[in-house]
Amino acid sequence: MMDFSLAAVLPQIFTGLVLGMIFVLLAIGLSLIFGLMTVVNFSHGALYMLGAYFTVFVLTYTRSFWLALVVAPILVGTLGLLVERFLIRRLYGRHPDDPLLLTFGLSLVLIETAKLIWGKVGLTLDPPRELSGAVNLGFMAFPAYRLFVIGVTVAVLIGLWAFVTRTNVGLIIRAGSRDPLMVRALGINLNRIWLLVFGIGCGLAGLAGALAGPMRGAYAEMGVTVVIESFVVVVVGGMGSLLGAVVAGIMIGQVVGITTFFAPKLAEIMVFVVMAVVLLVRPSGIFGEAGLAE
Amino acid sequence: MRVLAPLVAAVGRHPVLAFAVFFAAFPFLVPYKALAAQVLIFGLLALGFNLLYGYTGLLSFGHAAYYGLGAYGTGILLAKVKVGSLWLGLAGGPLLAMLGGAVIGFFCLRRRGIYFAMLTLAFSQLLYFVAFHLADVTGGDDGLRGIPLLPLNLFGFTFKLDGTLAFYYFAYALVVLAVAGLKRILDSPFGAVLQAIRENSDRAAACGYDVNRIRHLSFVFSATFAGLAGGLDALRLAVVPVESLYWTTSGQIVIMTLLGGAGTFFGPFVGAGTYLVLEDRLAVYTESWPLVIGLIFMAFVLFLPKGVWGSLVGRLSVSTRAPAVSAPAAAPSPARRT
Repeated sequence: MMDFSLAAVLPQIFTGLVLGMIFVLLAIGLSLIFGLMTVVNFSHGALYMLGAYFTVFVLTYTRSFWLALVVAPILVGTLGLLVERFLIRRLYGRHPDDPLLLTFGLSLVLIETAKLIWGKVGLTLDPPRELSGAVNLGFMAFPAYRLFVIGVTVAVLIGLWAFVTRTNVGLIIRAGSRDPLMVRALGINLNRIWLLVFGIGCGLAGLAGALAGPMRGAYAEMGVTVVIESFVVVVVGGMGSLLGAVVAGIMIGQVVGITTFFAPKLAEIMVFVVMAVVLLVRPSGIFGEAGLAE
Repeated sequence: MRVLAPLVAAVGRHPVLAFAVFFAAFPFLVPYKALAAQVLIFGLLALGFNLLYGYTGLLSFGHAAYYGLGAYGTGILLAKVKVGSLWLGLAGGPLLAMLGGAVIGFFCLRRRGIYFAMLTLAFSQLLYFVAFHLADVTGGDDGLRGIPLLPLNLFGFTFKLDGTLAFYYFAYALVVLAVAGLKRILDSPFGAVLQAIRENSDRAAACGYDVNRIRHLSFVFSATFAGLAGGLDALRLAVVPVESLYWTTSGQIVIMTLLGGAGTFFGPFVGAGTYLVLEDRLAVYTESWPLVIGLIFMAFVLFLPKGVWGSLVGRLSVSTRAPAVSAPAAAPSPARRT
């Protein structure tokens, strides 16, 4: 007989929340890039994977997880800058499908390169010693590292929210996703903003990978299913809506977490069921505007 | 190149005949005969995708779903239900894919553009996970095994299909029929509306066409072609690996079609041939052949968006009956299309 009591379900809710945090970080990057540039970055999952590998890489040389957690996302973000500058930028003015196709090719290239460098077998990665134990929350014990993941994500989200709503660059980003033509007419160089936003979005994917590394290890194909689920999160939340990405990310995380408990085989499928229901009831997503880049 | 121009023009006038002639000789032109059937079947798969992407302007990133449904449809009928008839088994694949296309198309067509691409991908992954867990029916991770290649009954005669060439010409006959069917669709008023929708869906709607219904029909046709390819491939391999539903298969279809030339009549087959021959040759030298294919694909998207065949036809500036169009109508990006 299965134990359906609250004490048994509560850890699942927390696990789902941690999963949701990874989704949120990925989806917000995707959504930010899409909202401003109408570019879908298919290579987001591959960048997430690189985030985890870069963490392992920095960790082996410096022995400092904390340094790795900062450096890995910056490396991935820098790669993102190069990708925008030298690849995506060539496709502005072409059909919106073209950047999607290009970044699909890029993700194949990155995955295969990772296999070449780090091998086909995945690497494991331990959480730092300070966070290796469990924390007693009073009503249950929970791995400290997972609480840390929740904390970092919340901090990053608050920082991002402040950046987008409280700074001049954030103002341009918001204006640019509403009416790029008008922003250009005001004499603002949107190319630099696009470059920056693409870099930030990719950096967030790198951070998600770095955070996920100690929980899931690093392997070349780790980004594939996660990125598809993150796309689902973005569709459910409403493409281009940051709040939508957060709400939908947590929601999908919960759905997966709770289904894993009751019917593990259905967990992967439930994500898509939620998506189908949302599409039927509200095609533009929970917080989405209808007609965005369609 | 000039010498080729009249030839290309003739091919453009009678594409189905040209297709039939070329592929009749094809097994003798490739390094080994087993590759020929593979090119033919994947060409058919890409042809189905091309109807939707190249001619209707809808980028599906989940065509593995219909290939997989086709393969499982045929495979389950022959290996599990044991229908005992090649025709019945083979019909099951495209039928199942058609049904799948009707249902999934209904959901995906609620959104356009990039959402559409991501939704098709999500639904194909959904089917992958379903097939993975429904091991009783699909064989799960081990794949569906033991699909018999039954003898073919035709006009009272019985043919064995066991030989590589025998199977090739059986598939060839069906693929030629499919290609003729596609030609018929494209030449019909319906086909003209598809291309009108690709060029400007608002204008097509203003002309009184039910754009969404026509897109849905195109989706279903496309899925059916892909399903036939899946059914044939189940017979060719005698097994359906669960990866046939995986996103990598969808990616392969996209790559093949773009390498050959989306929106061109022969592009899918040129692309399937290019891809499979490349894979075959590269795999000899390196395990990382997908890396090379990925780089080539990126170069095509950047510099040769019309693909091999589309560029060739464009270079020779011959107007074929099925005009070469690279990608669906260009829209000012990243500005919004509403």
